[in-house]
Amino acid sequence: MSISRRTLLRNTAALGAFAGAGLPHIWIKNADLAYAAGGEIKVGVLFSLTGTTAIIEESLNKATLLAIEEINAAGGIKGSKIVPIVEDPASDPATFSEKARKLVVGDKCVSVFGSYTSASRKAVLPVFERQNNLYWYPTLYEGRECSKNVIYTGAVPNQQQDEFVPWLVKKFGKKFYLIGSNYIYPKEENNYCKKLLEKLGGEVVAEEYVPLGHSEFSSVINKIRSTQPNVIFSTVVGDSVVALHRQYKAAGLDPEKMPMASLTTSENEVAAMGGEAAAGHFTSAPYFMVHKSPENEKFVEAYKKRWGADKVTHFVSEACYFQTYLFKQAVEKLATSDLTPPNIRDAVKGQSMIAPQGKVQIEPENLHTWLWPKIAQAKSNGQFEILVEAKDWLKPVPYAAYPGQSCTEKGLVEKS
Amino acid sequence: MDQFIEQIVTGLSIGSILLLVALGLSIIYGSMGIINLAHGEFVMLGAYAAWVFHTYLGLGLLASLVPIFLVVAAFGWVIERYVLSLLNNRPLDTILATWGVGIMLQQAVRLMVGSELRYVQLPPALADSMNVFGIPISSYRVFLFVVSIALFGATWMLMNRTTVGMKLRAIIQDRSVAASFGINAKRVYALTFAYGAGLAGLAGALVSPLKSVSPDMGTGYVVDAFMVVVLGGVQSLAGTVASAFILGELSGGIAFLQNDTVAKTIVLLAIVVLIRFRPEGLFTARVRA
Repeated sequence: MSISRRTLLRNTAALGAFAGAGLPHIWIKNADLAYAAGGEIKVGVLFSLTGTTAIIEESLNKATLLAIEEINAAGGIKGSKIVPIVEDPASDPATFSEKARKLVVGDKCVSVFGSYTSASRKAVLPVFERQNNLYWYPTLYEGRECSKNVIYTGAVPNQQQDEFVPWLVKKFGKKFYLIGSNYIYPKEENNYCKKLLEKLGGEVVAEEYVPLGHSEFSSVINKIRSTQPNVIFSTVVGDSVVALHRQYKAAGLDPEKMPMASLTTSENEVAAMGGEAAAGHFTSAPYFMVHKSPENEKFVEAYKKRWGADKVTHFVSEACYFQTYLFKQAVEKLATSDLTPPNIRDAVKGQSMIAPQGKVQIEPENLHTWLWPKIAQAKSNGQFEILVEAKDWLKPVPYAAYPGQSCTEKGLVEKS
Repeated sequence: MDQFIEQIVTGLSIGSILLLVALGLSIIYGSMGIINLAHGEFVMLGAYAAWVFHTYLGLGLLASLVPIFLVVAAFGWVIERYVLSLLNNRPLDTILATWGVGIMLQQAVRLMVGSELRYVQLPPALADSMNVFGIPISSYRVFLFVVSIALFGATWMLMNRTTVGMKLRAIIQDRSVAASFGINAKRVYALTFAYGAGLAGLAGALVSPLKSVSPDMGTGYVVDAFMVVVLGGVQSLAGTVASAFILGELSGGIAFLQNDTVAKTIVLLAIVVLIRFRPEGLFTARVRA
């Protein structure tokens, strides 16, 4: 068999093409370099600027951009600037997923900061898992998730309730009225609350869910009157929080005897309902705007200077702010050629920093965050007064309500 | 027994808010046959107007009611004059046009004042609660009840005891014949639409201290308003009142016995079933065929 020059050329070309397609690390290596091309590190910022949840997500967008601007002004990350690519997913889970794909596949962002609602996080999850990219989720949420492609910097139920519920029982009594908006977050929080109450010998007089965006609470208030609970445990979200507080106040109920204990009422909602409707009620969260620490003073001052003196910071915008710094710390640990989403994920494990709320750390096992639970009471001036600060930071346990399950580095593990 | 009375009073209060929100729509839909999907945005504009008057001019809610009515009515007039009347008020075209106007208003507010929730103060004099039949109820809710009945009364008088109302009723019966009698239908339509829009604006301002103010708050109200008007029967003002209170009692009662999610579902289902068997609604004005 003779080999002509032509066949040899053809075969070599075919081999070359095969090598290109068949040895993918060559291409991935090139793609890696693209993540830090030209002294720029591209990240996505995916918070709704329009639609129903824009009310809160706008402030998350602002806190994230503030942190990015600060990092860039201080010289960037090892000389590279962070370039935020802002998309508006319009409060719609389908749009979230579409924009996430655009940021990850089209823009080649090395990480995306985004989402307020669980629905939108669940919608983008497949994108990040399939592309093996990294999503930074700042919101307190219901737990029960164990993705290797999400860094969770908000509180999970055990971090909001372990201190809070026993404190409420001790201070006000054992009869709880559980009210929430009708979706997964309030149901999971109440699930955990019921478990805690069972241990404490508490009693749930009612568990009730109102439609999202609901604003007529007079029948709920009648029920509260007739069941006379010691505590109204509220996981109502969005503008419903405002309506519930205002109607509670207008109906002449007394927060000293029957306070609302909320996991969702932040400075943002208090500003909208007015201090007089918020005064006397309680919230549990890792961060409040009045928290005294040099880091928080710096954060609040910078936020107001950048976005307006009437603006407030709250427990989700604080997480947006510090998670951007954690991203920076993780990237700093990596060589430019190693800059990939999975490497950032591995680098951020165990990373800690002094956030406005105190020292926070990413738990290597489950990629959630060690936080500092606090209990605060709203005042008529629209701010909170912190009554209880946890003595120690609290480990995130995303499956706290499900004793057999735990989130580990290998993923969700079920103990039988 | 106490609970029963309490629940009846609550239902009246919910009903009065429904009536407030639906009254403007009832005029526009009932009289002009225009399905005004921007109704919710007029409600929203009213709420924002209350916020603007309070924040920038220091006016209390009660003092700003009349200016709010005028401002939103002026908006309505402009939209009728420069959008709807150019479409000759054709029902299908106006659905699309009003929907578009609604979206534009929403986005305009979002762009101009931002999308965060806004705060409208409860008038301090009405901030307490009072006893009605031994039942503690918010003074402001009692006030809303009185205002909604008064506005209904005013609207009824306007329709049935004034020249403008008479002209409008003539146009409803037959536009061309009315025009041949020298009635300027265009002008009457513009005024009616403005009046309906003004009422929606008032409703928005009045409910804002109990609820919340945001650019998309109108979406919920427009659904409520259509439910009331459709159930009550188009062209029947009294029907609107009756249906507002029926819906108020029904949703309040079911919410008490079950919860608000169930109440919403059952009420919607009941309306759908009822419309199947009485497409004209519960109450219909007698119109010559």
